[in-house]
This record gives sequence, C-alpha cells and structure tokens, in this order.
Amino acid sequence: MANKILLEVVTPSKLLVSEEVELATAPGADGVFGAMANHSPLLATLKIGEMHYLNEGNTVSIALSGGFCDVSNNRMTVLAESAEIGAEIDVERALRAKERAERRLQEAEARKEEIDLARVQAAMARALTRIRIAGQ
Amino acid sequence: MAALKDIKLKIVGIKKTAQITQAMNMVAAAKLRGAQQRMEDFRPYAEKFSGVMGELAGAGVNPDAFPLMAARPVKKVMLIVVTSDRGLCGSFNANIHKVAGNFLKTQQEEGREGCLACVGKKGNAFFKKKPFEILHSSVGIMDKIQMFNARQVGQEVINLFLEERVDEVQLLYGRFVSVAVQRPTMNRILPISTEGMEEAEGGGAEGPKATYTYEPDPEEILNQLLPMFVNVQIMHAMLETGASEQASRMTAMDNATRACKDMVEDLTMVYNKARQGAITAELMDIVGGAEALK
Repeated sequence: MANKILLEVVTPSKLLVSEEVELATAPGADGVFGAMANHSPLLATLKIGEMHYLNEGNTVSIALSGGFCDVSNNRMTVLAESAEIGAEIDVERALRAKERAERRLQEAEARKEEIDLARVQAAMARALTRIRIAGQ
Repeated sequence: MAALKDIKLKIVGIKKTAQITQAMNMVAAAKLRGAQQRMEDFRPYAEKFSGVMGELAGAGVNPDAFPLMAARPVKKVMLIVVTSDRGLCGSFNANIHKVAGNFLKTQQEEGREGCLACVGKKGNAFFKKKPFEILHSSVGIMDKIQMFNARQVGQEVINLFLEERVDEVQLLYGRFVSVAVQRPTMNRILPISTEGMEEAEGGGAEGPKATYTYEPDPEEILNQLLPMFVNVQIMHAMLETGASEQASRMTAMDNATRACKDMVEDLTMVYNKARQGAITAELMDIVGGAEALK
C-alpha cells in the first residue's frame, strides 16, 4: 500500500472513483501531469480532456469536462462537473453530440458570436474526448 | 329523500378524494427517497469543494483583488428564491414567500433596493403579482434538478453582480432538516466572504498546513473556482428545496387523508341519523294510517 495513492473522482451526481492507484495522470491547465504515491501537495485546474489511472496493470481512462484537482496527504481528489469512465461511455450519444457541436460551430462562426463560439467549442472538445476514450 | 342521497354522494366524493391524497402521499414518499439520495450523492462534491476553497483562502490571497469577493456599499440586494414547481405541499412555499417578502420589506425600509431571482414555478407565480422586480426566473426545472440548471442561474447572477446592477446576493431556500421539519434558510452568496471559506475548511483539520504547488498560480485558480462555488451553492439549495418539497407534500397529504377520513366518519353519522329519522317518520305514517282505518 505504501506505494499507492488514493484517487477520488467526484462529480455533483456521484463519487465516480475511490481507489488506491499506482499512477494517475490528469489534463492540467498547464499541461498533463501525473501523480504517484507521496506526491507533493498540488492544486491545479483541469482542462476538458482525458485522465488515466493505472492499478495492478490495468489502465482506466476517464473523460473529464474540466474541473480541478487537489493532491495532498497521499490522496488525489479530482472534482469535475462531469466525468465518465471510458468503458461506460455511450458512443452513439457522443457521436450525436459531436455532430450537434459541428453544426452549431458552423452556425456560431457564421454569426460571429464569441460567447456562443466558446460554448460550442467546449461542447466539441467534450464530445471528442468521449469518443476518443470510449471503450478503453 | 333528497337529503339522504346528497349525503351519500358527499361521502362517496370524499372517499375518492382520500384515495387521491393517499396516492399522492405515497408518490411523494417515493420521490423523497430519490431526492434524499441525490442530496447524499452531491455531498462529497460540495465538501471537497469547500475543502479546496478553504485551502486557497489559507494561501493568503487578497480578497479585494477578486471582483466576486469585493464588498461594496450595498444599494441593491438580490434575493434568489428557490421554491418548488408544484403546489399541494402544505405551507412549504408560503413559508418561503413570507420570509422573502419580509426580507425585501426590511431592505426597502433601510433604504436599499430589493429585487428577485425566482427558481421554481411557485415563487415566480407568487411574486409576479407583487410590486417587486424579478430579474431572473427559471421555472419547470425542479422536477429533474441538474447541475447545468444551477450553472445557468449562477451565470446570470454573477453577470448581474459584475455589472454592478446588484451589490449583494442572498439565497433563500427550504432547508431539509428532517422529514418533519423544513425551514426557510437564507445565506449570502455574493460577495463571497473569506470567513465562509475558512469555516468550511474547519471540517478537515489535517495538521500543519502543507505548502502547496499551484498550477497555475493561486489567483488564477481562485478566479476559476469562485464562479463554480456560487453554482455549487445554488445547486445545493435546489437539491435541499427538492427534498423539502416532497417531505412537506408527504405530511400535507397525510393530513388531508386523515381529514377526509374524519369527514367521512362524521357524515356517515349524519347519514345514519337521517336514515333512522326517515324510517321512524315512515313508521309513524303507517301506524297513523292503521289507526285511522279502525
């Protein structure tokens, strides 16, 4: 146990993961970082993207829609507004979301509305992440 | 025998009403379980969030540097009123309305302007008829409470605050104390106070403060977290109100069912008396007729 770190992934609707892992990586705002046992305290914001964790030879991927991460006392807490484990992602839903985002992206670009554009781009990034790690 | 038939019909009607209220009671009980579960599920997130906020508050950031934390002279106060979408839940919404009305009145007496943001249909319908300004309303979202609903409300409120159209924001909701007790509760959510953050941290006393690495710097992180903190509080209020509503409806419907049963009992008594009276009168007639024939 000494060489493991407790990973917790929490969303508003549930505690998604609570498990001792060997390594966890997360998409920090300044680049992807990883945490292993006894990582020094760290507080970081996260981008939309994928995180992975490694436990007993198995890698699990999770799609995150932004949030932040707190590492302290050999515990890594990821707070995300939404998170989905790769194997549980509904690929069709993700594909639909991507198509919808593509359509909106064109509309938003045509109208040159910056707020809309940012929102749609975020939706697009979320959909792409989900598709990428689906089934992993 | 019109009177007898009327009473009979009334009894049948009230029995039907009792059936409906009984069913509503059971539905509310089932929904309450769901609502409580959602509250439970949300708790870890809210707790961790407060913990991180506390950590940041301890990092020695200057509160005045953040627009969302900066207090300024209060000229206009906004009250976010979280009520249910549906009625028939006893005095639950009325209690919240009363607190909201009193609060706005006090503000006016003290020379500040008040305005409202209504979450939930009932509050919106109630205050639409009153002379208060409603700057935002979200209705029809209390049945299925989702984070993005809270985010929408939060975004709107934050914008109003940053544009200095309101100087303070209070959040009023029906706090779920227990199945029997729901209490209207009010919290200030903007400007965000550091005391609130430090208090929240008190829960997880973890010895001496570790020196954190921040990525990016604490200011940047806090800038991202503060709006989310507002959303989390609104979400929490909505979940609490949702559970309180169902609990309140359960009690109200239970009372209604009991009242119906009482009425049926009383009416049955009246009915039996009237029936007895009618029989007696008929007997008297027959006896009188027989006497006359002698």
